[in-house]
Amino acid sequence: MLNPNGAAKASDAFEFATASYLVLIENYSASNLVELEQGLANCSDASIFYHTFQSLGRYHFLTEGFSNDFAQWVLGSCNRPALAERMASLDIRDYVSLPELRSDLRKVVAEYCQANPGVGSQAAFEPFFFCATVEERVSLGREARTLAEFRDALKDLPHGALQFHFITSRLRPPLGANDFSQWLSREFGLKDLARKVDQIDIYTHTLDSAREAIIRLVEGELAG
Amino acid sequence: MTQTQTATHIASLDDYASVTSAGEISELRALAARLHGRSVQMVNSTAVGGGVAEILTRMVPLMQELQIGVRWDVITGGDDFFAITKAFHNALHGESFKLPDESFRTFLDYSAQNRARLQFGADFTMIHDPQPIALIEARAAHEGHWIWRCHIDLSQPNRRVWEFLEPYVNRYDGAIFSSPAFSRRLPIPQYLFYPSIDPLSEKNRELEPEYIVQTLERFEIDPRRPIVTQVSRFDRLKDPIGVVRAYQIVKRYNDCQLVLAGGGASDDPEGGAVLAEVREAAGQDRDIHILDLPPWSALEINALQRASMIIVQKSLREGFGLTVTEALWKKKPVVASAVGGIPSQVIHRHTGMLAHSVEGTAYQIRFLLANPAIAHRLGEQGHEHVREHFLITSDVRRHLTLFLHFLRHR
Repeated sequence: MLNPNGAAKASDAFEFATASYLVLIENYSASNLVELEQGLANCSDASIFYHTFQSLGRYHFLTEGFSNDFAQWVLGSCNRPALAERMASLDIRDYVSLPELRSDLRKVVAEYCQANPGVGSQAAFEPFFFCATVEERVSLGREARTLAEFRDALKDLPHGALQFHFITSRLRPPLGANDFSQWLSREFGLKDLARKVDQIDIYTHTLDSAREAIIRLVEGELAG
Repeated sequence: MTQTQTATHIASLDDYASVTSAGEISELRALAARLHGRSVQMVNSTAVGGGVAEILTRMVPLMQELQIGVRWDVITGGDDFFAITKAFHNALHGESFKLPDESFRTFLDYSAQNRARLQFGADFTMIHDPQPIALIEARAAHEGHWIWRCHIDLSQPNRRVWEFLEPYVNRYDGAIFSSPAFSRRLPIPQYLFYPSIDPLSEKNRELEPEYIVQTLERFEIDPRRPIVTQVSRFDRLKDPIGVVRAYQIVKRYNDCQLVLAGGGASDDPEGGAVLAEVREAAGQDRDIHILDLPPWSALEINALQRASMIIVQKSLREGFGLTVTEALWKKKPVVASAVGGIPSQVIHRHTGMLAHSVEGTAYQIRFLLANPAIAHRLGEQGHEHVREHFLITSDVRRHLTLFLHFLRHR
């Protein structure tokens, strides 16, 4: 294990990248809960990603009540708060694959429709339009080899890069982890710091407040 | 004349760091670095006036600053051509199309003239709206990617006009819409690009408080009492009478003033009629301020929006609704109809309040007047929503991402 303080350097630098996203409008929509369930069955993985992982990033500045697009539509357009609550409670951090998340979303909707006969075919105020994400990754040309460099780079990292390294990284190998914690643990053996960074709740933080929380944790480590 | 009024500084990319962040600007540079040496051609139907020209006026210099070779061409045509394209525009919004079949031939003749006059061959050719759509005929002779950017709502088009235009649309590599609700089932990929505002333009930049007060004084509006404002053309689809009715309900419970600020009454016969109807509906109420403003009133509109406690957009039909974007950017709580692109901007109870009727609009205004902390939170979150999605810098990023995507995958 390296001493992370002072001038200790990681053997592998943290290379900052960003992801910029295009939104692809898919050719179908849902006008009621039954059609939502059908759409969940047939839409692409990129669509599940857009309406869940991406939704969290797109609306990161809202820290309450907006965890995924499906739940928001069920609440706002179908007026079904109980179902919306169940859909919103599916935590993307518990999933390492999109088919698994899709399966649970479908299950929640199907169970609700089964338990509430007739509700599934009631028309929503507004249709739900399925969209999908197209991701373009680009290196920011910045790297950090020390904790201090890492902290400094975080300060003006764009939102797209924060989302890429801290949220959507959980779907890339090694699954279920954020890039920052992986690097801190691997390069410096800072497992406790890595765990604390991973515990920052992305549902109740904005990207900016999550960034500040990570910086505070790193500064605490630097201060010894 | 104040300093605010005379400022004409043309913003550079780095100026936008003050309203986004240095990181966001460096991200744009990183994306653009992969596109250095590539060329882009934008084509639309007007150099000034209208939302497309307004966006391109800012976007083209920003892309050039990012070292992407962008040129902007404007098609030409006679009065007959623009009469036809206006009829197309209305028909694509669902109105009937009464022009004879020869109008399609006239449209194609002008398109051929423009095809002969303009030079093509850019890596990315972006054609805006239906007027230049048939320029895709030039594609056979030129390599590169062709993209159609549709700024209007195509969800319920007149069948005759759509059947004429659709074969042209389907020859593009992709189409771009401002809302999923505006798109159609097409065999080509469709992308979602929100329209954008320029946060440093006269209509949106910060103003000196003195200028805001002066503007209120000029229009005899009391700065000490709550102001509820709708900024829109005097057009029945913007439902200004509905706004007056909603205000009259609010007024039974809350002391406030109503400002209806817009234009269109002098150059549009229907606008004049609507303005007269609004004045009649307002009656003798001295707290209703009906302002028929000329097109060069960006600073005044900015000041009126900033002075308002609540902004209303009670449209019956709407395009994307950039007046809502402008209000949200100024951290104003917005009460708006759930039509067109407004629900993309006003997320009910998060970035504003949606309403579906005069009574609903009145209730939401009363609720926000009575709950200033909630109104403040909506304004703050609305501002962040715009910062994230609806600024010109986000629009530039979407374009860069699209170009990268085409290079890699097509």
